[in-house]
Amino acid sequence: MEEKKNYTVSVYTENNIGILNRLSAIFLKRHINIESMTVSESEIDHVHRFTFVVIVPETLIRKVVLQLEKQIEVIGAFFHTEEEIIYHETALFKISSEHLYDENIQNKLKFRRAHIIAITERYFVIEASGLKEDIDNMYQKLKPFGLLQFVRSGRIAISRPRMAISEVLKEITP
Amino acid sequence: METLKKEVQEIKAVKSVKISGAEAVIRCLLEEGSTLAYGYPGGAIMPVYDELYKYRAQFHHVLSRHEQGAIHSAQGFARVTGNVGVVFATSGPGATNLVTGIADAQIDSTPLICITGQVGSHLLGSDAFQETDIIGISTPVTKWNYQITKASEIPEVFAKAFYIAKSGRPGPVLIDITKDAQFGELDFLYNKCIKVRSYKAIPTLNIEKVKEAATLINQAKKPFIVFGQGVILGSAENEFKNFMEKTGIPSACTGLGLSALETDHPLHVGMVGMHGNYAPNVLTNQCDVLIAIGMRFDDRVTGNLNTYAKQAKIIHFEIDPAEVDKNVKTDVAVLGTVKESLVEIMQFVNKGDHSEWMKEFHKLYEIEKETVINDQLYPTKEGLTMSEVLAEINKETKGEAVIVSDVGQHQMIAWRYAKFTKTRSNVTSGGLGTMGFALPAAIGAKMGAPEREVIAIIGDGGYQMTIQELGTILQTKAAVKIVVLNNSFLGMVRQWQELFFDRRYASTVMTNPDFVKIAEGYSIEANRVSKRKDLAAAIKKMTDSKEAYFLEVVIEPESNVFPMIPTGASVSDIRLS
Repeated sequence: MEEKKNYTVSVYTENNIGILNRLSAIFLKRHINIESMTVSESEIDHVHRFTFVVIVPETLIRKVVLQLEKQIEVIGAFFHTEEEIIYHETALFKISSEHLYDENIQNKLKFRRAHIIAITERYFVIEASGLKEDIDNMYQKLKPFGLLQFVRSGRIAISRPRMAISEVLKEITP
Repeated sequence: METLKKEVQEIKAVKSVKISGAEAVIRCLLEEGSTLAYGYPGGAIMPVYDELYKYRAQFHHVLSRHEQGAIHSAQGFARVTGNVGVVFATSGPGATNLVTGIADAQIDSTPLICITGQVGSHLLGSDAFQETDIIGISTPVTKWNYQITKASEIPEVFAKAFYIAKSGRPGPVLIDITKDAQFGELDFLYNKCIKVRSYKAIPTLNIEKVKEAATLINQAKKPFIVFGQGVILGSAENEFKNFMEKTGIPSACTGLGLSALETDHPLHVGMVGMHGNYAPNVLTNQCDVLIAIGMRFDDRVTGNLNTYAKQAKIIHFEIDPAEVDKNVKTDVAVLGTVKESLVEIMQFVNKGDHSEWMKEFHKLYEIEKETVINDQLYPTKEGLTMSEVLAEINKETKGEAVIVSDVGQHQMIAWRYAKFTKTRSNVTSGGLGTMGFALPAAIGAKMGAPEREVIAIIGDGGYQMTIQELGTILQTKAAVKIVVLNNSFLGMVRQWQELFFDRRYASTVMTNPDFVKIAEGYSIEANRVSKRKDLAAAIKKMTDSKEAYFLEVVIEPESNVFPMIPTGASVSDIRLS
């Protein structure tokens, strides 16, 4: 069996209704779980960017990216290994106010990209950002205090190699 | 939408006119040169049908008896003409009844425009009467789909839809139009689409790859060509033949590649695949260069991939980049249209003669002939074989007919034994294997090629899946010839049960109605034959008829199709019995 790896898939698309469905169907058809997903605007006006994270063998991701690219409204699709990208995730932790002055929590915040972004009488909210492992770590550390709510974003990633999307656009733009 | 429209020249002087969305739909179709559609009316598509009535002198609508029948007819039309097939259906069940045909067209690369009515846009998402999310349902099986909620979108979306359906690797497009968009008004002005910025229909040909391919071909001692439907879809029959004849390479077709090259061409060594011919399957694993042209290495073609042509260098001529290395790893991929690539490669390939290698094919053909073909064509048993029927049809039609086959044993026999002299003559459900395809597809094929004889070969199982389309024949007088090869079994499944499930015939025995009476009930002349001595005359009577004709041939119930590559086996382990 070929080794499975984390791949970050970036897909540039037109900004139309239903594209998410079309893209996710390609993963579904091949029984691939999407670990995380982010959709946003891109560096090009009116062009949207999907960032998927999947754990699959390389031969499979190559085929999947070609299938993604084949969709009419997809301008370009790329895949990268962890080494080829700079990425970030963000998480929010909602914790009861009784722990606000707990030294343990204060210590956790000191050395990380984490800070308190809201405080009320009943709860406070910590925002943390970093690599997936950073968030995982933070989660493990804060969990004992009782998380009222926890949410994390999908991955956003910038590739180290060029993604020649502008060239693609130039070539296919009238 | 980011599309490029055809330059509007003198037309610019023509003022746009205010018309309804429903009328715009018909005008768009006429602008694209489409004058025939299949369909079935219903609430959400009624405004369009009202316009169909008004435009009936210019636009012909065929009322099918079920939406699945309508879409298969449109597929049959598209397959014989190369033009886009058009289907109308209403929302909800009308739309969902199209799904099988859409999936079939997607996997067999058939250009279609499916137009479905949808509930009013204010009702979307309210679970209104006959509301269904056909965009969501059809997404995985369409090349593109789009929901129109404003009349003003219609011309641009239709122009884009036609462009997408027929360009590059063709496929089905679905347009869902809300009822208010059909009633709404717009300023109608139609510009054909010539480009969509996010879609590259045809990859740019890389001449270096062509040279690399030519070098491999020139050095090859035992080259072998496998050609598929890409040759037909790309109208590259002549270019393919020139290439094959210059290089002198033995060539086999896939199921959908049938009729791209005349059956009797001396370099045509038969068909590859699960029930293909012995020689091309076995020699796939002996050739030194395998040249795949417009085919996609379907699992029914390759058998076990781990043992497929491992000794050979693989060259793949292909229009769809996603097909390269999908199933079989290629050494040289030549992306582009088959036509252009084959024109370019002619300057680099040497004139070749592979008659020694060809002898290997002839040798193995003799084995297949002795063990399988002779038994099929000249049986010693009393019961009729399907192959005899095909041979008799060949004799009467001289290989000039369009053969429309359904799915199952009779289909494999039709592919194996039908003789073709003209391209676009094998209409069949290949990738999806849709039983019920043939009868409606034959209606569409006859309307697409009225001057040609169209013969549907159907099993007793598949026939009853869309038998209601006899009503369409009754109403339109489409002169299709229907041959039902009746073995009172779901034959292919029965064959597998016999070979792999210890003859446990679970739900494959068919108690059939009187098919002749049914056909006669639809005013179709009908006949039944069960004896060898009556077969030739029965076929002749059918082909002599100028009208629709039904012939039931009672077949030996428990006969099997051989050769056969069992699932998971290698192409070279093909069984002769």
